[in-house]
Amino acid sequence: MTGLETLPPGLAVAVAGLLVLGSTLTLLGAVGLVRLRSFYDRIHAPTLGTSWGAASILLASILVWSWAEDRTVAHELVIGVFLMVTTPVTLMLIGRAALHRSRSAGEAPEDET
Amino acid sequence: MTLDTALWFAVTYAQLALALAACLAAVRILIGPRAEDRVLGLDALYVAVMLLFIVTGLRLGTPFLFEAALVIAVAGFVSNVALAKFLMRGEVIE
Amino acid sequence: MTRLLPHPLLSLGLLLLWLVLTRFSLGHLVLGSVIALGAGLVFARLEPAVPRRRRVWPLLRLAGIVAVDIVRSNLAVAWLILSDGRNRRSGFVEIPLRLQDPGALALLALILTATPGTAWLEHDRATGVLLLHVFDLKDPEEWRVLIRDRYEALLLEAFG
Repeated sequence: MTGLETLPPGLAVAVAGLLVLGSTLTLLGAVGLVRLRSFYDRIHAPTLGTSWGAASILLASILVWSWAEDRTVAHELVIGVFLMVTTPVTLMLIGRAALHRSRSAGEAPEDET
Repeated sequence: MTLDTALWFAVTYAQLALALAACLAAVRILIGPRAEDRVLGLDALYVAVMLLFIVTGLRLGTPFLFEAALVIAVAGFVSNVALAKFLMRGEVIE
Repeated sequence: MTRLLPHPLLSLGLLLLWLVLTRFSLGHLVLGSVIALGAGLVFARLEPAVPRRRRVWPLLRLAGIVAVDIVRSNLAVAWLILSDGRNRRSGFVEIPLRLQDPGALALLALILTATPGTAWLEHDRATGVLLLHVFDLKDPEEWRVLIRDRYEALLLEAFG
């Protein structure tokens, strides 16, 4: 743990909190993905991981790396922006594919349970 | 409990939670029941593994895992879009 | 100037991305600029319509509102998943939109999908009706009002 050991106390607490929060949210999203009963409910679950789950882990990473290398590392921002922009595209396409498939199978998506 | 061990627990917890999240997403890929569910599971799997790479990179102190995470993010996006698009178009012809 | 730089924002964004992903140096600045300019020219071939000027202030306010909403709905959805709410009802809502601009619609789709609890499914270009799936649906009318007043009004102001 090269960068982590030298963190000042305040920063260490912030990093630990952000990591726990982010991974818990991602885990909850995955739990929802398995437990929710209808497809259209499940489509909401991964957004937990991609919105605040990813954001807080990336923020923790930014804090650690800017401290360790003594320069602000904006690499994580690129991943964050990328996730922010691409997740909706993927989810929308999956949602539309689901709608399309259930319609062409002759069932109304509203009847899903 | 000193601050160092607290941080150690936080990082370890984050790694375990993200690994578990990836496993749960894999479960969704396996049980389906529809193809959309599997693509959705794959999307969640990509995100969980990417975040796991970032946390592991933090722990090991190497910036190289970050590049891998970036590649995973890009590859995941492209493959999921292609799969979703296929689900939409593949059935039209049928 | 406009012929060399048809999409200034896109080129600037690409240049910044290049500099962020590499280490800043004169060589990378030149290389990144060349790539950004080239990409701008290629993009102009693909998509001739340059987006019109938009107001920045409403977009900034929107970004603030969305950041707060994402945190709030994260907590709400996480709680719903944990408590396994038996009386939670999800459902579809049809929302008539006044927005026409493709850029504004894309932004609204991004906001609604990035916020846990709502998923943008389909938008009918001809009628302007959006099909939205809501995770915790109590009253469809509430959602129509929320989206119209909270997001759409600001987007209309910015892109109008």
